[in-house]
Amino acid sequence: MDGLVTKAGGWLGLTLLALVMAALAVDAPFAVHMVIVALACLAMLWATVTRADYSGLARGILKMPADQGVYDDDPIRWGVIATLFWGVAGMAAGLFIALQLAFPALNLNLEYTTFGRLRPLHTSAVIFAFGGNALIATSYYVVQRTCRARLAFPTLARFVFWGYQLFIVLAATGYLMGVTAAKEYAEPEWYVDLWLTIVWVAYLVVFVGTIVKRREPHIYVANWFYLSFIVTIAMLHIVNNLSMPASIFGSKSYAAFAGVQDALTQWWYGHNAVGFFLTAGFLAMMYYFVPKQAERPVYSYRLSIIHFWSLIFLYIWAGPHHLHYTALPDWAQTLGMVFSVILWMPSWGGMINGLMTLNGAWDKIRTDPIIRMMVMALAFYGMSTFEGPMMSIKWVNSMSHYTDWTIGHVHSGALGWNGMITFAAVYYLVPRLWGRERLYSLRMVNWHFWLATVGIVFYAASMWVAGIMQGLMWREYGADGYLVYSFVESVAAMHPMYLIRAAGGAMYLAGFLIMVFNVWATLSGRVRAEKPMTETPYNAAADRPLAPVPAE
Amino acid sequence: MATKPAKKGFSHKKIERNVTLLGALALLTVTVGGIVEIAPLFWIDNTVEKVEGMRPYTPLELAGRNIYMREGCYTCHSQMIRPFRDEVERYGHYSLAAESMYDHPFQWGSKRTGPDLARVGGRYSDEWHKAHLIDPRSVVPESIMPPYAFLAERDLQTGDMANDLTALYRVGVPYTKADIAKANDDIKAQADPDAGAGDLQKRYPKAQVRDFDGNPDRVTEMDALIAYLQMLGTLVDVDKAAPQERPSETEAAR
Repeated sequence: MDGLVTKAGGWLGLTLLALVMAALAVDAPFAVHMVIVALACLAMLWATVTRADYSGLARGILKMPADQGVYDDDPIRWGVIATLFWGVAGMAAGLFIALQLAFPALNLNLEYTTFGRLRPLHTSAVIFAFGGNALIATSYYVVQRTCRARLAFPTLARFVFWGYQLFIVLAATGYLMGVTAAKEYAEPEWYVDLWLTIVWVAYLVVFVGTIVKRREPHIYVANWFYLSFIVTIAMLHIVNNLSMPASIFGSKSYAAFAGVQDALTQWWYGHNAVGFFLTAGFLAMMYYFVPKQAERPVYSYRLSIIHFWSLIFLYIWAGPHHLHYTALPDWAQTLGMVFSVILWMPSWGGMINGLMTLNGAWDKIRTDPIIRMMVMALAFYGMSTFEGPMMSIKWVNSMSHYTDWTIGHVHSGALGWNGMITFAAVYYLVPRLWGRERLYSLRMVNWHFWLATVGIVFYAASMWVAGIMQGLMWREYGADGYLVYSFVESVAAMHPMYLIRAAGGAMYLAGFLIMVFNVWATLSGRVRAEKPMTETPYNAAADRPLAPVPAE
Repeated sequence: MATKPAKKGFSHKKIERNVTLLGALALLTVTVGGIVEIAPLFWIDNTVEKVEGMRPYTPLELAGRNIYMREGCYTCHSQMIRPFRDEVERYGHYSLAAESMYDHPFQWGSKRTGPDLARVGGRYSDEWHKAHLIDPRSVVPESIMPPYAFLAERDLQTGDMANDLTALYRVGVPYTKADIAKANDDIKAQADPDAGAGDLQKRYPKAQVRDFDGNPDRVTEMDALIAYLQMLGTLVDVDKAAPQERPSETEAAR
């Protein structure tokens, strides 16, 4: 009983503290955020009070310890649903801002819906909310299965999930209200950053704690990638977000570093958000789900060791390629370029290890739409990790930088690699987590696959054309020795490309919506009557010898 | 291969059976790049060239810069001119590291959906900026920029600017005690020509003192943003930096 009172009192205290902070706030968005925090604490208070086992408490019975013979899958189920929810939200925001570039009237004359405020909402929702939830959920799943142990610190594991959702809500509402640190992919302000740091350390504790509990002698390769992702993101997040608040009751802060040092710190962070959040973490997913779905062992153990250590060592150096020909010293630019080109090799090491895992199971590409998604994810991973090093060569970058080519490159990685591998993992997880015989419909997975693939092709192709066109128009000189185009002529020329891009995005989103329906139907226990995708035609009636028939 | 005798020395087995070792080695591996690449920028002297004219932002310019960040202008506009013929001709002298030495955070940007703004100061009139921010397509029909009409209607509410200047002072911007004490008054002084600028221009050389938004009765967010845009790239005498960049030529000339 004492424990319950302490817990409830603690939540009440935090609620009141948040309300006091809201009352003292020097700017309105900070007050709104503190009210959101107070509401979150109230929800926890309500959950604590209503979910307590009062009859047990009255009789002095201690809570039964959790069954160690069952995996702890609740936070994973929530994580899968959160992944789908934030994925739809983030991609819808992306489609909307893509349409804003084609039709500026869609800025709606409201401060909350301008491109400048929605763009961070899109990038953060897709990378950190969709990708982050997918990573947390799959890492909880994979670390338990590969360690043959239940999650360590179950309460902390649940805190990580809900704390991360609070981080997302604070970041997203902040962007709409104009609360931003104005550093790409690190936009949340100082207090939201502090909160994420707490959640992230808890995540590390749960993950490492589970590995320590393991019943297997070896730590499986997927866990190396998850671990390096968690540790490195902690380092990047803390260093890049060092800042000085103007007031502890206000949302505004000023970055600790300035100018050229801040620029390189930011892109050290930014490129490795790609390298560790979107690459190492998702490679970890690949290393578990591809062998499981293909029912084949990982192709090469030795390759996984080499490409793991070289990938995490080399990625960190590649940041300066975002700052070619800027005021960053030349030596740093060249160093960044060289390491970016070398990085091509360990990246393809991962792709090869994934694709070759299908050795002996290549026929499944024809019959299993989930394997098809995995193969397409690895193909896009290979494609964009070739494109990236190419764009980091200064000669190419002088034309591609500042253009939509970069946007196309990011999306072939994000939609093709991160999106596809996440979809495949979710399709793998859903029947297993909810104890269903199979997905509602495999044919719908196939529809999803084709809509997504064709959507990416529209997206990437239009952005290649757009980017190269911009780059060439900006630098074109006429025979008279003058620049041929004004800047705004290059803007006008983008219009058809922006339309094609939006169409590609709409197809991708449509595929995603089919997935949401498919998962929802699976959860509600339905199975679609459909022609199976995995069966070779068999006609029992025809499967018999021809008996001799006497002539008439 | 399979019959290779077990080596006595290093084996990866040790690492993959010990999570502390694995985590520590992974952390060590990922710190190297940052230490070698970023840390030297803080102590190599010629990373930021010495120029004349750089000064911290006036409180009004700083408030304008905060609006620039709040509205996410950096998502479409760069502030970093690269040393190419076409860029220098289009936007002006290429950007110097010193020009963003007081930018916490930097706003170099990564995408030019709109043009570079590093030297937009003085290129257009205040009236043009106001019309353009209220309705971009009224002055540039092909523009796809969002409209920012609300800036003109809203009073500039910064809270106590002394807090902001103090925070910047703490991270290394050389504001003086007088600058911090007069932070709130300086906003009025710069945006209202009748208030009298006092010693504003002595403490902030080249500060432009006038009503920016055509509405002298109020200090609006529009005043602050235009004040910021009109000072971008105007502080530094870029030609003074040239000799440092070609030391051998300068020495030969001597």
